Amino acid sequence: MTETKCPSLTLGPVYYLWDAAKWRDFHFRMADEAPVDRVLIGETVCSKRQHFIEPHLAEVVERLEEAGKEVVFSTLSLVTLARESKQVREMAEASDHMLEANDLSALAVLKHKPHTISPLINVYNAPTARLLANRGAKTICLPPELPFSSVKEIVAHCPEIDFEVFAFGRMPLAISARCAHARSKGRIKDNCQFVCGEEPDGLPVKTLDRQSFLTLNGVQTVSHACQSLLGELDDLVAAGIHSFRLSPQDCDMVEVAKLYRAVLDGEMGADEAIADLQKIYPAAPLSNGFHHAREGAAWVARARNLQAS
Amino acid sequence: MQLIPPLLTRPLNAVPLVVIERICRLMFRRIGTAHPGLFERLGEHRTKRFAFLPTDVPLSFVVEPASETISVSRKTSDVTADAVTEAPLFMLLALMEGRCDADALFFSRDLSVTGDMEAMLAMRNALDASNIDLSKDLARLAGPFAPMAGRVIGEIRNRALRGEAASWN
Amino acid sequence: MELICPAGTPAAFHEAVDAGADAVYCGFRDETNARNFPGLNFSREELKEAIAYAKTKGCETFVALNTFMRAGAEEIWYRGAADAIACGADALILADFGLMAHVAEKYPDQRLHVSVQASASNPDAINFLVDTFNAKRVVLPRTLTIADIARIGKSIRCEMEVFVFGGLCVMAEGRCSLSSYATGKSPNMNGVCSPASHVHYRKHGRDLVSELGEFTINRFPEGEAAGYPTLCKGRFDIADAKGYAFEDPVSLDVMGELEALKAAGVSALKIEGRQRGKAYVAEVVKVMKAAVNSPPERRGALLARLHSMSEGQKTTSGAYEKRWR
Repeated sequence: MTETKCPSLTLGPVYYLWDAAKWRDFHFRMADEAPVDRVLIGETVCSKRQHFIEPHLAEVVERLEEAGKEVVFSTLSLVTLARESKQVREMAEASDHMLEANDLSALAVLKHKPHTISPLINVYNAPTARLLANRGAKTICLPPELPFSSVKEIVAHCPEIDFEVFAFGRMPLAISARCAHARSKGRIKDNCQFVCGEEPDGLPVKTLDRQSFLTLNGVQTVSHACQSLLGELDDLVAAGIHSFRLSPQDCDMVEVAKLYRAVLDGEMGADEAIADLQKIYPAAPLSNGFHHAREGAAWVARARNLQAS
Repeated sequence: MQLIPPLLTRPLNAVPLVVIERICRLMFRRIGTAHPGLFERLGEHRTKRFAFLPTDVPLSFVVEPASETISVSRKTSDVTADAVTEAPLFMLLALMEGRCDADALFFSRDLSVTGDMEAMLAMRNALDASNIDLSKDLARLAGPFAPMAGRVIGEIRNRALRGEAASWN
Repeated sequence: MELICPAGTPAAFHEAVDAGADAVYCGFRDETNARNFPGLNFSREELKEAIAYAKTKGCETFVALNTFMRAGAEEIWYRGAADAIACGADALILADFGLMAHVAEKYPDQRLHVSVQASASNPDAINFLVDTFNAKRVVLPRTLTIADIARIGKSIRCEMEVFVFGGLCVMAEGRCSLSSYATGKSPNMNGVCSPASHVHYRKHGRDLVSELGEFTINRFPEGEAAGYPTLCKGRFDIADAKGYAFEDPVSLDVMGELEALKAAGVSALKIEGRQRGKAYVAEVVKVMKAAVNSPPERRGALLARLHSMSEGQKTTSGAYEKRWR
C-alpha cells in the first residue's frame, strides 16, 4: 500500500424510481445519520423520470452539505435523444458541483473539468484509466464485472487516481432502449405511466423453474443477488482502493453504511458483518462472484482464518 | 421433409456392421488425407468423442479426432460420447460439407445437440472451415467397397442438396 | 451504401467476397474479439491470405479487436493490432479507449472504426471518439431509431455503419454483464455471450429445455422454433406471468428501411453473424447484395428467402422502429 489514507464510503445514486418524498427523506436521513463521505444524486437510469426529484434537489443538496458530505451529481447512463444530450451538456456547463459520467457523452463535455467516472463506463485496464484521468477524472468507480486480479493491476499502475469499488447493492448488469419493466405491465416506454415506480426495489425476474435471477428497474436490468464485498474489504484496501460504493436498495441504508464503516475501521469482523447485512437486507442473497473471477451470482465463502488459533 | 428412403436403409440393415464400419473408416481416412488440417481448429476439444446419430438410419457414428478413428454401431446399443448431434442423415452430411447452416437447422428443430456444447460447436466450426466436398474427396476411393460407398454417398448427397434447397425456400 | 459482411472462417470469408461483399469483417482466434467461439476465427497466416484474396477482388477487410483489454495483458491486444495492420487490414474495429489511444498514436495512418461495443450512441460521444482517436467511422448501437440516426448523422464528423440483418442485442452493446452474471464470461472481457461451455440442452418430456450455467433460459414445446440460449432472449417468469421478458428469439431485419437509412446518411450496412456457417454467409450476402442493388419494390420478394435463416425464424426491426421500445 502506497498511502494510509482512510478509505471512504460513497453512497451511489438511487437507481430506482422512488416517490419524491421517499427520495427526499432517504437522503435527509443519510445526511443526518449515515457515515458516508460522498453522495451521488440525480436520475441515472431513465430521462423520463427526471422531474420526480427536481423539486427536492436543492434541499437535499443543502442538507447533505451541511452534514459535511461531498455531493456529486450523477448523469444519464443511456443518452440517445437530443434532449438527453442537451441535458448532459447543460449540467456540465452550469453545475457548480462535481459531475459523474455514466456515458461517453459526459466524458466528452467534461473534458478538463474535474469529474468522477461511474461503474457504467468501461474501464477494464490501466491505459484506459490513465486516459480518463488525463481528461479530468478524479475518481473512477470500477465496473462490478471486474475480477480482483484486474482491480489490483489497474490500481498498481495508476497511483495518481482514486479508485472506488462497487461494494454493496444489486449490480447494474445491462441497460436497453427498450423498457422491459413497462412491457411486463402491458405498456411500452413511450406510454409507461411510470409503472416502474410500483417496485421501489425492482421487479423480480425468475426463470421458468422459479429460480430468482434478475431484477427489472425500468430500462435497466440489475442482478437479483446483492453484491457484498464485506469479506474482501481488507484485500481491496491493501490493493490501494480508496473508497467503496454502496448502492441504495430499499432497506436501512444507514445500517448498511455503519456495517461497512465498522469493518473498514477494524471494529467488526467481516463474518459477523456479513451475517448482519443479510438481516438488514433479506430480500436478496449476497454475492461476490465477480470479485473472485466467477459468475457474478456466486457467493464465495471466506476461507477459514488459519491463524486464528 | 422426405427422409432417407427405405430402399437405401434396407440394404444398410442387411449389411454386416463390420462391413459398414470398414467403409466408413475408408471414407474417414480419405477425407482426413484430403483435409489434413481438419481437426486443428478443435484445439482442446480434439480429445473428445463426438457422436452423430442420424434420425432416419438405425446406426450411430462416433468420431474420435485425437486418434483419427470412427466407429459405427447399431442404434440399439448405448453411445458413450462427450457430445451428441442428432439429425436426418442427409443433413449431417450437408453439415459436414458446410452446405447448410447448423444454426438455421437448430432454430427449425431439425437438429438437436446434447452434451458438451462447446466441443460440438468447435467441431461444427472445424467442419465448416474445411471445404469438405464428399463427391470430390471420395472420388478417388479404391478397394472392394468403393463402388458401394460411392453409390450410397451419391444417392444421399443428391437428397441432401434437394433437402437443402427445400429447407431454404 | 457499402455491404459489410461477417466471416468466422477463411471458408466463409471466401464465400462473402465471392458473393459480392464490399468489405468483410473478421477477428483473430483469441479473446481480442467479441466472437471468441471455439473453432472459429483466423490465425495470422489465415488472415494474411484472406486479405490478399479480398484485395484481388477489390474487397476490403476490417479486423475486429473489439473486446476490452484485460488488465496486465494489454500486449495481446497491442500485438493483435500490429499483426492485423501488418496483414494489410483496411480498418481496425475497436471498443477499448486504451487500445484506441494506442493505435491512434502508434499507427496514425491506420483507419480506425468505432465498434458497436464502444456504446457511442449520441453525437457528443461520437465526436469525442473522432476528436480523440481520429475515428473514421462509427458502428451505431442497435438502440437508435432511424430518426435518431438521421439526427446524429447531421452533427457528427465521421461515417455511420448500422446493423441491418442478423443477431440482435436487446441491451446496449458493450454495457451488458448478464452473461458473466450467469457464467463468469462476458462479451466485454472474454468475447463471448452466453458461451457454449455453459449451455446445456435437456429434454423434459417433449419439451427442449435450455440452461445457461445454473439458470433455466427457455423451454420449447415440440415443434416450436428454437433460439440460442442467450439470456436476453430467454423466457422468464415475471409476477407469475411467463414469457419473453426482454425480447423473443428473433433476429434483426431492417432491409425494408434501406431508403430511409440512405436518406439518414448511413454509409455502410452491416450483417451480423461471424459465428454462422459459410452457407449462411454465402446466402445472406448474395441476397442482400441483390436487394441493395434492386429497386425498393423488388426487395421484399428477395429478402423473404432469408426468413428461415433467422433465430426463432422470426425477425424484427428492433429499436429502429420506435414502438419496439
